[in-house]
Amino acid sequence: MADVELGEEQQSSDLTAARACEGTLACSTCHLILEQEVYDQLGLIVDEELDMLDLAYGLTDTSRLGCQVCLSKSVEGLTVRVPAGVNDMRQADDTGSSSSA
Amino acid sequence: MNAHKVIFCKTNTLKSLWTSGRRSWINRLHDGVCGRVQASFSSCSPKVCIVGGGPAGFYTAQHLIKARQDLEVDIYERLPVPFGLVRFGVAPDHPEVKNVINTFTQTAQHSRCCFYGNVNVGQDLSVEELRRAYHAVVLSYGAEGNRSMGVPGEHLAGVHSAKDFVAWYNGVPSNRELNPDLSNETAVVLGQGNVALDVARILLSPIDTLKKTDITQPALEALAESQVRRVLIVGRRGPMQVACTIKEVREMVNLPGTRPEMVAAEFEGVAEALKELPRPRKRLTELMVKAALEIPGEKERARRSEVSRSWGFRFFRSPVEVLAAPDLTRVAGIRLAINRLEGSGEGARAVPTGEVEDVTCGLVISSIGYKSLPIDPSVPFDSRRAIVPNTMGRVQQATGLYCSGWLKTGPTGVIATTMNNSFDTARTLLEDIDSGTLDVSATKPGSQGVSALLEERGVKPVTFSDWEKIDKEETRRGEAMGKPREKLLVVEEMLQVAWT
Repeated sequence: MADVELGEEQQSSDLTAARACEGTLACSTCHLILEQEVYDQLGLIVDEELDMLDLAYGLTDTSRLGCQVCLSKSVEGLTVRVPAGVNDMRQADDTGSSSSA
Repeated sequence: MNAHKVIFCKTNTLKSLWTSGRRSWINRLHDGVCGRVQASFSSCSPKVCIVGGGPAGFYTAQHLIKARQDLEVDIYERLPVPFGLVRFGVAPDHPEVKNVINTFTQTAQHSRCCFYGNVNVGQDLSVEELRRAYHAVVLSYGAEGNRSMGVPGEHLAGVHSAKDFVAWYNGVPSNRELNPDLSNETAVVLGQGNVALDVARILLSPIDTLKKTDITQPALEALAESQVRRVLIVGRRGPMQVACTIKEVREMVNLPGTRPEMVAAEFEGVAEALKELPRPRKRLTELMVKAALEIPGEKERARRSEVSRSWGFRFFRSPVEVLAAPDLTRVAGIRLAINRLEGSGEGARAVPTGEVEDVTCGLVISSIGYKSLPIDPSVPFDSRRAIVPNTMGRVQQATGLYCSGWLKTGPTGVIATTMNNSFDTARTLLEDIDSGTLDVSATKPGSQGVSALLEERGVKPVTFSDWEKIDKEETRRGEAMGKPREKLLVVEEMLQVAWT
């Protein structure tokens, strides 16, 4: 479980709203963007995590879901980027796609 | 914050709280109690009313309460039970998605938040009356209607909107008598979004799986007797335009007791186009291509030959008529127009070729979108887009009126989408307070201002602790059935439990 210490500017209600599904791989609100070296150190991503990550706003090649990742002491002090929005891709567009949770 | 405005002004009602034996529910409303004592500086604080107790309502409330220590929020909900589509929309076999209820419960139990169920805004109270009683009103009552196919035969028996079908198996009181006909082998679902896949999955899931969920007992019993063996999930465009997402497709591919059955020709050109696609669309399309075209190994071939249920996407087909059985009252089939695609990617358009195809079936579920309805003539409503016209949640030409959730943006998106949407509206409202656009200096009565109206109209609200009694009863009944809960299906029964 990622235990991320937030800098003051990041302590907002938006971040505490991440983990909407409480770590059960049913949302992408805990989406984190990691540094390449850290990303490479982490374990294999299973399909179920990739499936939810695919829906995350601002997906990158070094994205992971915070609830699935264990950050050890060796990466203490590292910078983790939190995307500007936590919008899930399953949302309104003009072709009238409909989604359910 | 203006400290001098924090005064204790409701001594009369405090007295009634401590001295009266049997307090009427009106006194409880005056206290703003909802089951617990509330700090009594409330007559001078900003008061916001939220219409609709689903995710949008709760997330808007959550953000507002957290942002200002003097702000009070009341949530009005038509049903005695809260949580909207989290309770009534999320599929029974997706319980983890319902974890957000824990967050909503915390919000409801906050001292500055009050939940009032069993109050129908638009019928028991007008939006005007709410705007007089509160500094701001946020409409978040979602989308209870559905888009119609607009084809002949749509009203035959055996044709249902996905909204109604989902509401039936999830226990919405007004859908209890839906009685869908599950006696025919083939069901056709129009639409290829996640709701369509939920419907297909529930129709074909093994009963042993469903019986451990919170699906209603009547739906479970109907599905146990179901003769439906084949579900077609039909869309106007092609495989690369489906609106559903990979998790739901994977669930179909892995659904025990079923095999996929699709038409290879409908996937022409898709494998070649894969490499150009962005990762999410690519992975989804790869999975569909695999399910549709891959020749199974020996073990899978053997498994497929033993199962009796099948599902499949059908592409490039639009409904043009629902065909009636000889008795002219029930559906016997559906006529589909065959399309071709013009353009590619998300913007590709379906163009009819002139050809049609008839499919025999006994159940048609149209899953082409929910639709919001106007609540009150005083509220502007865009009937073309079926939303309340707004700018960042601020309702146009109406100071102090806001909207959040599907009512604001249209009925698509999952809970996380609604969360963002609601937080945006809350931010807009807070900005308006800060800038003075929304004047909160005048004292407003809040729930006190509507309680007399409700009583005179014979409406008694259900508080959050009343809901907790319903919750406890549903959980208790569920335990006896090996289910997380057995939902109460009748409003009168909910009220009975709430008020014992």
